[in-house]
Amino acid sequence: MIDALQARLGRFLRRVMTRPRIDLPLAFGLLLLSATGLVTLYSASGGNMSMIGGQAGRFVMGAILVLLISRIPPPVLRSWTPWLYAGSVALLLVVAGLGEIRSGSKRWLNLGVLSFQPSELLKLTMPMMVAWYLHPRQLPPRWKDILVVGILIGIPAGLIAEQPDLGTALLVSAAGAFALFLSGMAWWKIGSLLAVVGSMVPVAWHFMHDYQRNRVLTLLNPESDPLGNGWHIIQSQIAVGSGGMFGKGWQQGTQSRLDFLPEHTTDFIFAVFSEEFGLVGVIALMLLYAFIIGRCLWIAMEARDTYSRLLAGAIGMSFFVYVFVNGGMVAGMLPVVGVPMPLVSYGGTSAVSLLTGFGVLMSIYANRKMHD
Amino acid sequence: MALKRRSIKDSRGESTLFRVRALVGFTLILMGLGVLVARYYYLQVQRHDEFALRSENNRVKPRAIAPARGLIYDRNGVLLADNVPAFRLEVVPEQVKDMSAMLDQLREVVPLGDDDMDAFRKQLKQNRRFDSVPLKLHLTEDEIARFAINRWRFPGVDVVPYLTRRYPYGPLFAHVVGYVGRIDADDLTRLDADRYKGTSHVGRSGLERSYEDMLHGEPGYELVEVNADGRVQRVLETHAPVPGKNLYLSIDVRVQKAATEAFQGRPGSAVAIDPRNGQVLAMVSVPSFDPNLFVNGISKADYTGYMSAEDKPLLNRALKSAYPPGSTVKPFLALGGLEMGIRRPEDTVLSTGEFCIPGQQRCYRDDVRGGNGTVNMVRAIQLSTNTYFYKLALDMGIDRLSSWMGSLGFGKKTGIDLLGEAEGILPSREWKATRSKYPWFQGETVIAGIGQGYWNVTALQLAHAIATFAGRGTPYAPRLVMATSAVKERPVPMPNPPTGPTLIHKAHDWDVVNQGMLAVVNEVGGTAKGQFTGFPYLVAGKSGTAERFSRRSNDYDTNKNTAYLAARHRAWFMGYTPAESPRIAVVAMLEAGAWGAQDAGPIVRKVMEAWLASTGGPVPPKNTPEGGPSPASSVPEVPEDTPVAIPADMSAMPADNSSVAPDDGGTP
Repeated sequence: MIDALQARLGRFLRRVMTRPRIDLPLAFGLLLLSATGLVTLYSASGGNMSMIGGQAGRFVMGAILVLLISRIPPPVLRSWTPWLYAGSVALLLVVAGLGEIRSGSKRWLNLGVLSFQPSELLKLTMPMMVAWYLHPRQLPPRWKDILVVGILIGIPAGLIAEQPDLGTALLVSAAGAFALFLSGMAWWKIGSLLAVVGSMVPVAWHFMHDYQRNRVLTLLNPESDPLGNGWHIIQSQIAVGSGGMFGKGWQQGTQSRLDFLPEHTTDFIFAVFSEEFGLVGVIALMLLYAFIIGRCLWIAMEARDTYSRLLAGAIGMSFFVYVFVNGGMVAGMLPVVGVPMPLVSYGGTSAVSLLTGFGVLMSIYANRKMHD
Repeated sequence: MALKRRSIKDSRGESTLFRVRALVGFTLILMGLGVLVARYYYLQVQRHDEFALRSENNRVKPRAIAPARGLIYDRNGVLLADNVPAFRLEVVPEQVKDMSAMLDQLREVVPLGDDDMDAFRKQLKQNRRFDSVPLKLHLTEDEIARFAINRWRFPGVDVVPYLTRRYPYGPLFAHVVGYVGRIDADDLTRLDADRYKGTSHVGRSGLERSYEDMLHGEPGYELVEVNADGRVQRVLETHAPVPGKNLYLSIDVRVQKAATEAFQGRPGSAVAIDPRNGQVLAMVSVPSFDPNLFVNGISKADYTGYMSAEDKPLLNRALKSAYPPGSTVKPFLALGGLEMGIRRPEDTVLSTGEFCIPGQQRCYRDDVRGGNGTVNMVRAIQLSTNTYFYKLALDMGIDRLSSWMGSLGFGKKTGIDLLGEAEGILPSREWKATRSKYPWFQGETVIAGIGQGYWNVTALQLAHAIATFAGRGTPYAPRLVMATSAVKERPVPMPNPPTGPTLIHKAHDWDVVNQGMLAVVNEVGGTAKGQFTGFPYLVAGKSGTAERFSRRSNDYDTNKNTAYLAARHRAWFMGYTPAESPRIAVVAMLEAGAWGAQDAGPIVRKVMEAWLASTGGPVPPKNTPEGGPSPASSVPEVPEDTPVAIPADMSAMPADNSSVAPDDGGTP
């Protein structure tokens, strides 16, 4: 019995390793991105090998996850979807009840051996759920469907925003919204929905935490509080701006090396990148991101069914939200929210959850439409 | 799936719709990334210069480098003031969020005295926010270690190495070299802030103060890279400071030491001057103090101890304490008489024990009852006959007397290279007019003739006068510093030209007075006879015993107890040697000495002996009985044209092995 199980597992792993069903261009893009991340981290951390090693270890773990998940056929994923979604929302509720408070917000669930943020799970289960819901329905979605999707998005997003973690709430909602968008929601419906959301902004402002309001206010005028809230924004812009066209060179960024730049290995690592590699580096990295997103959308177009299409497209497009929000924050264009630069920022959870998403994409790629 | 469907799902249509949406989405994403790139272009290209500058300003700070203070050597290159490495705590105010909270916390790690805090607060107000301010000087190893562990708690606070002053000879040169002290708020208003950036000490007294400008040097600066906490990461660029100049005193440590020891702790002062150039060969004030205590802030206990001590160790008596000179003025008066043609050497006066101004009742005494009989000038100096000088002063008149004595430097500053000299008092009508409503009385002229009355001179003034005489009338301002040198350069002599033409116009006048002072020391009946027995060169001199109080009873005439007299007298002795071509003139003053010759004379002798030994001359045999080897060899064995600082002496100076005679500049 055990022998048989072992033999099956062995065969499975061998298949995974010898005939990986992955999209090579996407894998190559992700590899290049991870390498860029490690190189930047080396400089940003001042050659801290334990950080580099940790991050590289997570990438390896993520790669294994990609290979494993790529073997799970999309229909299986689809059948799991309601349970995964329900499970992750339940975990969110648990966190709201007895989560661990770290640096002022309640995001972490401590399981003894490892602690993690259930909100990370939603980054994947949310688009899965929306895709699952829309899969059997006639598209473009009608108002009723939109309303249901809105509720599906609203409950977890509300819970996450309450933690408070505005960045993740934004990413989670965006992932769901992208699925809705890709399902062909009529433009006029999108327009009217956006108008409603826009009119809600003053209400949202009312419910925001003071520190969140401050971040927005500081963004509008960072010099008003140069040593407090404005410090991040000012120092980050100095780092970016002083990089110039070609950058100061690898490991030559003074802003991060001399600790002027806060959080320079995590949320603000892109400032280090911009300082050291300049506008040329920024454009190159943006092209790489565009390539990865484009490739994701191509996989989505090639997908066999609605569920796969919507899921692949939503994952790819939410990747853009990471890049845009983080890049905009570093450049002083958007308020400071905890959104990492994907696969470049140091930190385990985001790298692993992102790569899990790419594992799903690989699975969708492996089960793509067969052209005659 | 148990869901109801309203219509058949149009798979192909959905796929097409998705394709459109994906392309629209990708286009939007590319636009979004384009917006991002545009923003980076704006920051990195359009505003690059501005941010590059701000990044530079962030990390690069100029930091002053204090120049090393010039060292002070004795004439043979023996170190008298040294720089030794030490550590101090410095605070960059800009980096400290809550100063008083930080200080409270720091106090638990490193003890901070009230003095430290006061000085720190004062300097804090004066400095710019990003200039570091010294908080506590001279940290102990223990304090450094304790701070190092807690350093992370105190951004903006750091242990910084600096050079602190050390005076290896302690009290021996305290009144000459002086000391440096921590710069305080008053100094900051006085000093050029740019020159003193990064410097924590400034000359407070003595040569350290008077030569501050030379000793200080010029500060340099370095551009350092700092991190966000203000901690220096590395030095980008250094502009070295120019160290202060080194000073070479004309004093020999051994002579200074002998002079100090000769006092045996009795309060007084002594000054030795080379008559040929004004170089000071010894200058002591007893008691003294330890200048090292003042460098990094003296403790309240030590300071109170010094301030409340009865014999005032902080007072430089040689420079600041003026007393009646007593009989030491007599040779100068005699010279004046000769120069003015009032007296010829052979003119005699009958001393009967009492001198009365013709037509007045008031009479003035001789020291000896019954007087000295008939005396000429030489004998009057030898016996210190008051009557002779009462008469001479009266004949000269107060105006000529004070103008002549003034030309010898009495009543004004000698111009020595120290600050805070006392002027003393030269009796004159003008002086009295400013202080009294009464006119000048003749009796005041009479007692001025024996150095009493209004007279007040410092040991330095008297030394200056006797040196001027010994140098055959050529006046020099006394000089402690004979040479200076820039770092790694040869010492350059400080020129000290005479301050005026010679005061003695007839060489014979000098011979007569010299003969009188020789007789004081060498002839039977001389007041200092026997004091210099066995000294290898002829010594000429004059004692002075000044009364501290006016006589109110006859006790004075009967009580010959030494202690009683010492309480009433100040003992002076001045002398020079070799008598024919003097090379050292010495004055010693004891604040409480019974008799000038017996009490102050031996001090002068010890100074001369030490000086002689230091120049390599014959060491005088101790206690040679009279009539032994003739002390009267009037020709010095050292060739006359050899400067006091012989080449061998100068070669001992660091960074120099040439023979620079530092007194080249002055001696005609």
